[in-house]
Amino acid sequence: MDLLGFVIAIVKALIVLVLMLSTIPILVWSERKLSAWMQDRVGPNRVGPAGLLQPLADVVKFLFKEEVMPQGAEKWLFVAAPVLTLVPALLAFAAIPIGDPIHLFGREVTLQLANVNVGILFVFAVGSLGAYGIVFGAWASNNKFSLLGGLRAAAQLVSYEVSLGLSIVGVLMLTGSLRLGDVVDAQAGTFFGFVPRWNLFAQPIGFLIFTVAAFAETNRAPFDLAEAEQELVAGYHTEYSSMKFALFFMAEYAHMITVSALLTCLFLGGWKVPGLEHIGLGPFLFGVVQTLAFAMKAGFVLFFFQWVRWTLPRFRYDQLMTLGWKVFFPLGVANVMLTGVLLLGSR
Amino acid sequence: MNEYLSVLVFLLLATLVGAALLVLSHYLGPRRRGGIKGTPVESGVDPIGDARIPFNVRFYLVGILFIVFDVEAVFLYVWAVIYKQYLNRGAFLLGEMALFIGILLFGYVYAWKKGALDWD
Repeated sequence: MDLLGFVIAIVKALIVLVLMLSTIPILVWSERKLSAWMQDRVGPNRVGPAGLLQPLADVVKFLFKEEVMPQGAEKWLFVAAPVLTLVPALLAFAAIPIGDPIHLFGREVTLQLANVNVGILFVFAVGSLGAYGIVFGAWASNNKFSLLGGLRAAAQLVSYEVSLGLSIVGVLMLTGSLRLGDVVDAQAGTFFGFVPRWNLFAQPIGFLIFTVAAFAETNRAPFDLAEAEQELVAGYHTEYSSMKFALFFMAEYAHMITVSALLTCLFLGGWKVPGLEHIGLGPFLFGVVQTLAFAMKAGFVLFFFQWVRWTLPRFRYDQLMTLGWKVFFPLGVANVMLTGVLLLGSR
Repeated sequence: MNEYLSVLVFLLLATLVGAALLVLSHYLGPRRRGGIKGTPVESGVDPIGDARIPFNVRFYLVGILFIVFDVEAVFLYVWAVIYKQYLNRGAFLLGEMALFIGILLFGYVYAWKKGALDWD
């Protein structure tokens, strides 16, 4: 490997990290503003214009807060758990592309950190590692609420992992590749000349299962049973304070970003905008518009996450398990067979 | 391998950021120990017994079901990726997969009837 390739790898890693870490505060702010708006409140409005700098002030506050180590805690595990949760959440984004490859310094540079041929598996595999951090943190805390929250989180994550995995088999059958760039490329163009060729329309059942499972996988309401505050104080992070709590918090938002970007790639056509190639933009502008389109689609999915959180009440735990195992699992299997039959019929 | 090198760089950077934040807050925050501050939260009551209590065996059951059915989903991936490519032999491929899923659904129905999927 040459020096330039190495430099590009490092620069890309830095860009993705900065991108993720700077999107998280914006999400925190928008979540607070949105919830305030939906509940007829004002929300943060003191720090900076429209409270935009509030997350920054929060970070400073977290840094200067006291760390409390509960008695009887597993010290190393307790300290390591927040990092073990945050790192996979950030890392999962590595395989997600945000635009067509561009030409820089006489070589092709993909707009993603790692253009691996098993991209979808990479995102799933690395993303699920975050469960370890949650369970370790819960166990290490020496707290009954934490333990129960961690158990709930683990059981919920593995239950919906199955549905999540099944929901995209239909997409893979249509694409024939696990590389996320190929999945997006297969969604270029339109059906019947006016409906975008997105998997949202080709795989509606898969889309439904994936979306619901994504809420469960990110521990977001209405599936936030792992931290159901009325029952479990704060669930797995009850004993965490100062920056350690903030890392758990950041991990949740990092997961949301990754899942939204993945959803955009798999079902919303990624950066493809139907009819854009007919407008006659230059190659540079074309790429910029595509990446902006990707950001807008992923941004809408993020908004949808927050919208749902402040609209729907929480599930009961038995309802959550019943929905995952008795509804979405059979539905996912049926979707695979249905896609197979339809593909065979369309031959 | 080129691609995984960037992943490794990213992994190191992300770990560094996480660790740096922890170290910073460790030195910047105040440390006032003592009293009952260190007791685990139990809604204002003194903690009773060990926090690592035995928990419901159903969590274990969910773990086993997950292994069975998630591995199945991964097997489906391999098949799904080549399905369109060999569509001229699609009926055979689909039949084989129907057999595989059929055997699996048999186990699924068994687990359902045994009450392994119920939660209360």
